[in-house]
Amino acid sequence: MKRRTLFLIFVALACACTGTLTAADLRAIPGDSVYRFDATLSDQSGTEFHLGERRGRPLLVAMFYTSCRYVCPLIIDSVKGVEHALNETEPAHLRFLLISLDPARDDTAALKSVFDKRKLDAAHWTLARTSESNVRTLAALLGVRYRALADGEFNHTSALVLLDREGRRIASSEALGATPDPKFMAAVRNALEISTK
Amino acid sequence: MRLAALLMTVLLPSAAAGDFVRLPGQAAFTSILKYTDSDGKVPIAPFELMTTPVTNAQFLAFVVTHPEWRRGTAPSVFAEARYLSHWGGPLSLGAAAEAAQPVTHVSWFAARAYCEANNARLPTWSEWEYAAAADATRADARKDPAWRDRILGWYAKPANVPLARVGQGSPDLHGVHDLHGLVWEWVDDYAAMLVSADNRNQADPDVLTFCGAGALATDDRENYAVLMRIAMLSALEAHNTTGSLGFRCARGASGDVQ
Repeated sequence: MKRRTLFLIFVALACACTGTLTAADLRAIPGDSVYRFDATLSDQSGTEFHLGERRGRPLLVAMFYTSCRYVCPLIIDSVKGVEHALNETEPAHLRFLLISLDPARDDTAALKSVFDKRKLDAAHWTLARTSESNVRTLAALLGVRYRALADGEFNHTSALVLLDREGRRIASSEALGATPDPKFMAAVRNALEISTK
Repeated sequence: MRLAALLMTVLLPSAAAGDFVRLPGQAAFTSILKYTDSDGKVPIAPFELMTTPVTNAQFLAFVVTHPEWRRGTAPSVFAEARYLSHWGGPLSLGAAAEAAQPVTHVSWFAARAYCEANNARLPTWSEWEYAAAADATRADARKDPAWRDRILGWYAKPANVPLARVGQGSPDLHGVHDLHGLVWEWVDDYAAMLVSADNRNQADPDVLTFCGAGALATDDRENYAVLMRIAMLSALEAHNTTGSLGFRCARGASGDVQ
């Protein structure tokens, strides 16, 4: 009986870890897609998800960390700037994913606190954390460069990266602030048109 | 060739993974990178490093057992089209790639996967820089003009000559070969060297492009050999490959991954 319970727990854990993506699912994703990286992340509510589950709609991704004093609040402002620049109908198709560079300190509670403080809309926004090794791989896939500083802060480039619905990098912007770069906005609108066809 | 590679992985697991040697580390190693937050002093914990760069034969053994990393199979997001392009085929070295030559045309993702599969990791930049500071008798020979001249002599050599086999010549003090003079090498945190970030469009580049302090400078401009490595690594993206860029793995002092 005990053994059977243990077995069931094991099966449950195995399912939780492997999620819904099979090797065949991964192979069906284009080779130039960031979604070929099979990473498990967890969101501001502690719910786990696979990066590849974001496939199907364009996604705006950036990396940040919650204790950051300088650029990170601006990164959220910049993403909000893109959200506001879109008209009423478009945002439903664009989702926003901000991934922490600092998984050691950015636990679910820290993400949740920023999520609430910045009044983000859970239908479109996700603040996420993942393992340190995954952070390095994701940063490499997104072209974000970063370095941990001696005082616990991070030095990092601050790109907003636009992925098309297949997860391909189609545009990025280093411009920060509430007014988005017009070229980048054009790419966002273009991606949304494609996805609504 | 495929059978040979399979036999090699079965019969010679340690050779396939590469030989590691222990390096003692240093409490405050003086890096050529003078970040304002750390003043260029980096603690290097004891660690193990492969005595030679990973060879074509070793990497072939890896792709035999890891089909997802074969040329033509590895997604382009992890390895650009030039990935292993000097090999005869996905599972054969061919005439242009010798077994004992260092493997090149490998992306950072592929190098990382190789090390992971061998219970190891890529060295950090600091570990690599610390290891590469040694000569045959000293752990840090960088101030010696002879050390610098020897390395710069390599840069003066034409790049169209075939790569030598790994492990030729005498090892350094730690028993490590080929840190200079053969290939450039990937490091795990190559993307942490924020020297190429273009921040010309920002009003206040120091604050806006980077989160916090930590700008990069160097006070050792004479050390071209290492500065050239930094310039090259900072210009690359993780899926890039070149004909002169290989890697070796590192692991913790007790043989664990960390």
